[in-house]
Amino acid sequence: MSTTTRVPVEDRTRFLARREYRALRVVALVGLVMLWEALARAGWVPVLFLPSPVGVLREGWDMVLSGELLVHLAASLKRLVLGFAIGGGLGIVVGVTVGFFSVAEAVGMPLIAATFPIPKIALLPLLILWLGLGEPSKIAVIALGVFFPMAINTYTGVRQADPLLIRAAVAFGARRWSVIRKVILPSALPMIFAGLRLGAGTALLLLVAAEMIAVESGIGFLILNAGNLMATTQLMVGIVVLSLLGVLSHWGLGCLERLAIPWQS
Amino acid sequence: MRVVVEAVSKTYADRTGRPVSALSAIDFTVDAEEFVAILGPSGCGKSTLLNIIAGLLRPTSGNVFFEGVPSAARSITATVFQEFALFPWRTVQGNIEFGLEEAGVEKRERRRRAHQHIELMGLTGFEARYPHQLSGGMRQRVGIARALAVEPAVLLMDEPFSALDAQTRQLMQEELLTIWERTRKTIVYVTHNIHEAVYMADRVIVLSRRPGRVLAEVPIELKRPRVEALLGEPAFTHAVERIWGLIKREAREALRE
Repeated sequence: MSTTTRVPVEDRTRFLARREYRALRVVALVGLVMLWEALARAGWVPVLFLPSPVGVLREGWDMVLSGELLVHLAASLKRLVLGFAIGGGLGIVVGVTVGFFSVAEAVGMPLIAATFPIPKIALLPLLILWLGLGEPSKIAVIALGVFFPMAINTYTGVRQADPLLIRAAVAFGARRWSVIRKVILPSALPMIFAGLRLGAGTALLLLVAAEMIAVESGIGFLILNAGNLMATTQLMVGIVVLSLLGVLSHWGLGCLERLAIPWQS
Repeated sequence: MRVVVEAVSKTYADRTGRPVSALSAIDFTVDAEEFVAILGPSGCGKSTLLNIIAGLLRPTSGNVFFEGVPSAARSITATVFQEFALFPWRTVQGNIEFGLEEAGVEKRERRRRAHQHIELMGLTGFEARYPHQLSGGMRQRVGIARALAVEPAVLLMDEPFSALDAQTRQLMQEELLTIWERTRKTIVYVTHNIHEAVYMADRVIVLSRRPGRVLAEVPIELKRPRVEALLGEPAFTHAVERIWGLIKREAREALRE
């Protein structure tokens, strides 16, 4: 004789659920910094190798008050912004041209494919030779570093524009320039922003590299100089400022993206 | 305006480069203010034909003409697409104004005409929404408003309701008929749905499967305005059965492909 059983349905997807753990995020970060502080205070590691977080903060504040940090920051920001604007602007123009006009694609794509893999730092000596030791060579290397991800991302975005939307625009009377401005550019915007993010990372890297050669100002100079003087706390201040720059640019681009692409939920 | 399709053929190369004939010697006319449905099994080239009429695809041979008094202020054709083809970065209002912008209509007049068609299509209150915030039915309302706003002489519709669920489709068909009774545009309406074609059109042009040829032109003698009650009438059933008889074998063969 068999007995009937009653088996409840259980939620089989439970182990796939992901939670936010907001508190853990904060605790982990604060805990790590506190551990570092404790380690430094205990005196197990010499301050020369690992300055304490509080010491770095104090040094940073002193450098702000003396105006030293702001001078370096201003010099770096100027190079970053100029290089980013020139490289980004050119990248978008080249990306759209190469993506839309097949003649430009035939000419431009092999060139881009051949020059893209070159580490841009390797071009710095050449740029210094061409443009001199001054600001132009620093700005140029940043511009180059931003140009490639921007051009390639814009090109990809342009090529991915929905052909149906292009046809719809043409069906409603759009000519070449209208199609580029009203369909292709907005379609490419998400890819353009992804390019801006990639470019921001590269720009920071090249900035520091460029500022380690024949300059008297900038965060890169600050770090190199502090290293030479074995002023480890000052060196750490420079690194923290760079990390803040990275976080800020990422956040700023995110805000800008939400403003520029309001149709994305 | 009258649409005259003369000996239109379309051949294109498939992936291996072999020529495939999509349309073969298509001849028909659509009179001014007439509602004509083009019907055929899947892959009969009916959308290709509509694209040729819209000037979005060049026929391999043959011609399409529009006959009538041209008007500088109006577009000849406007298209409503199956997948809506709304611009995701434009609001409802922006989408409806697109064709007017391209026609060089000045801003105040654009606003006025957009507003008028927003009201006509029951989109009031949704002007500032983006397409992804709308249901399928509302999206296609925007698609129709965008087409009507340029005041075309001929409205081309490419399976406009086939992406919608059955209930929404039924309601949209009725709405379109109501608007058509008022505006009396020439409509070329592509569909694979026999009931839809018979319910809405004055005449159904039945295409064969690839290469598409005109199998028959079936006049629909149902009185207007078309109301749901007509769906049970013998004239409706006869027309449906006649067309199904014409394409049943074609559809079955298409299924085996």
